[in-house]
Amino acid sequence: MAKISVKVDGVTYSDDVEARMLLVHYLRESLGKVGTVVGCDTSNCGACTVHLDGRSVKSCNMLAVQADGHEVTTIEGLADGDTLHPVQQAFHDCHALQCGYCTPGMIMQATSFLKDNPTPTEHEVRVGMEGNLCRCTGYHNIVRAVLAAAGEGGGSQ
Amino acid sequence: MIPVSFDYLAPTTLDEALAALAEHGEDAKVLGGGQSLLPVLRMRLNAPEVVVDLGRIEELRGIREDGDTVVIGAMTTYADVLADATVTEHIALLHKAIAEVADDQIRHRGTVGGAIVHADPAGDVGPAVLALDAEMVIAGPGGRRTVGAADFFTDLFETAVGEGEVLVEIRLPKHTGWGAHYEKFVRVSHQWSIVAVAATVRAEGGTIAEAKVALANMGATPLRAKATEVALTGQPATDVAVREAAASAADGTNPPSDLNGDADYRRHLATVLTRRAVLAAAGS
Ligand SMILES: Cc1cc2nc3c(=O)[nH]c(=O)nc-3n(C[C@H](O)[C@H](O)[C@H](O)COP(=O)(O)OP(=O)(O)OC[C@H]3O[C@@H](n4cnc5c(N)ncnc54)[C@H](O)[C@@H]3O)c2cc1C
Ligand code: FES
Ligand code: FES
Repeated sequence: MAKISVKVDGVTYSDDVEARMLLVHYLRESLGKVGTVVGCDTSNCGACTVHLDGRSVKSCNMLAVQADGHEVTTIEGLADGDTLHPVQQAFHDCHALQCGYCTPGMIMQATSFLKDNPTPTEHEVRVGMEGNLCRCTGYHNIVRAVLAAAGEGGGSQ
Repeated sequence: MIPVSFDYLAPTTLDEALAALAEHGEDAKVLGGGQSLLPVLRMRLNAPEVVVDLGRIEELRGIREDGDTVVIGAMTTYADVLADATVTEHIALLHKAIAEVADDQIRHRGTVGGAIVHADPAGDVGPAVLALDAEMVIAGPGGRRTVGAADFFTDLFETAVGEGEVLVEIRLPKHTGWGAHYEKFVRVSHQWSIVAVAATVRAEGGTIAEAKVALANMGATPLRAKATEVALTGQPATDVAVREAAASAADGTNPPSDLNGDADYRRHLATVLTRRAVLAAAGS
């Protein structure tokens, strides 16, 4: 067992974890943050995307011990109380989901991407979101939502 | 999928890491950014007893200039390389190759050193460092040694880095003013190259004064397209001349056959992608 201290969605947690525990399992099983999901388990789909110190990472491809001393933001920490983050609101407004399984990862990647590129072109959005797979929507409304959020200042928040 | 249990060590200095590796010998595995090792551990293709994480060793991170050389710490992430103006100015080819690696999330964690030691023949970093005549600095129990890129990649997933050793930094000669292009051929985005070509060119007027060309996934290791490089020297940067020189790009290669294409298809791709990469690098 290893002792870790991680700030997740603004709250600091100290836990003993097995070294082999993946960050996504720590978030879901130890902290109950089941908003972050496992889609592929092969690091391809991006469904498990969270922010580590503000940058998007695939939480199935990291050990919980690697997050020791760092700050994690999940989809559950994005909204401001009852007010959705602009990217969440844009996904809602643009109907950017069907089954919704890819959505937490899509939104976490979109928020990270918009921080680096607040005024992207459509092509840049498609390239920026290439690590996230969606089996339902055909991506068009997802791209539209990210562009709409950029228009709403989604990148600056 | 969950890895087999292991002990985890997170040293904060290179000396501590080397001591840990010396103590645990073949039972130990180095962890860089984890973007290749984590999938390996989860699929249980490897089950080390001890994992030595380099992630907390500051001295292995960062980019600096040393005269005519750009020095990149092994644990520098792809994202940090992409954001670095020195790299863009002096070793543009590395920037262009890394921009094509995987996706944003992987580039936030994956490291240049990890990619080079992993030595996947389809990897994008290998051909760039090979074309740029980089040198790798390796630390081990007996001190440090430097290995040129041409001798570094020894076989499929095999490099000059031995048991108990750590890749410390990559030294890349500046190619200031050279044009550069990385031409990657894939079926769908964020995939490994079916074939890719790294090209950097020093043009004088409309003439190719010098060209360096390396190939991904055309054999067990990244390969230089030597015959093409020689044929390009002194040629005008025109479609006709570059096409002729690129026809020998697959000479001496031994590409794999798999679901994405057989060896002959890859040989053909190598010539087409070389032409595109060289023309783009020469700015025509
Ligand atoms: C979905 C996905 C898509 C990908 N697509 C691409 C792609 O298109 N192109 C591409 O090039 N790569 C791709 N990759 C691989 C990615 O580039 C990896 O990050 C990289 O190969 C390994 O770097 P790392 O720092 O994560 O190393 P790790 O995974 O930590 O380590 C890889 C290997 O190197 C060893 N190692 C690491 N650092 C050192 C060191 N300093 N000294 C000694 N040994 C060390 C480890 O022991 C291990 O054997 C992809 C990965 C994934 C998961
Ligand atoms: S579950 Fe992590 S990338 Fe698919
Ligand atoms: S909405 Fe179903 S996977 Fe994207």
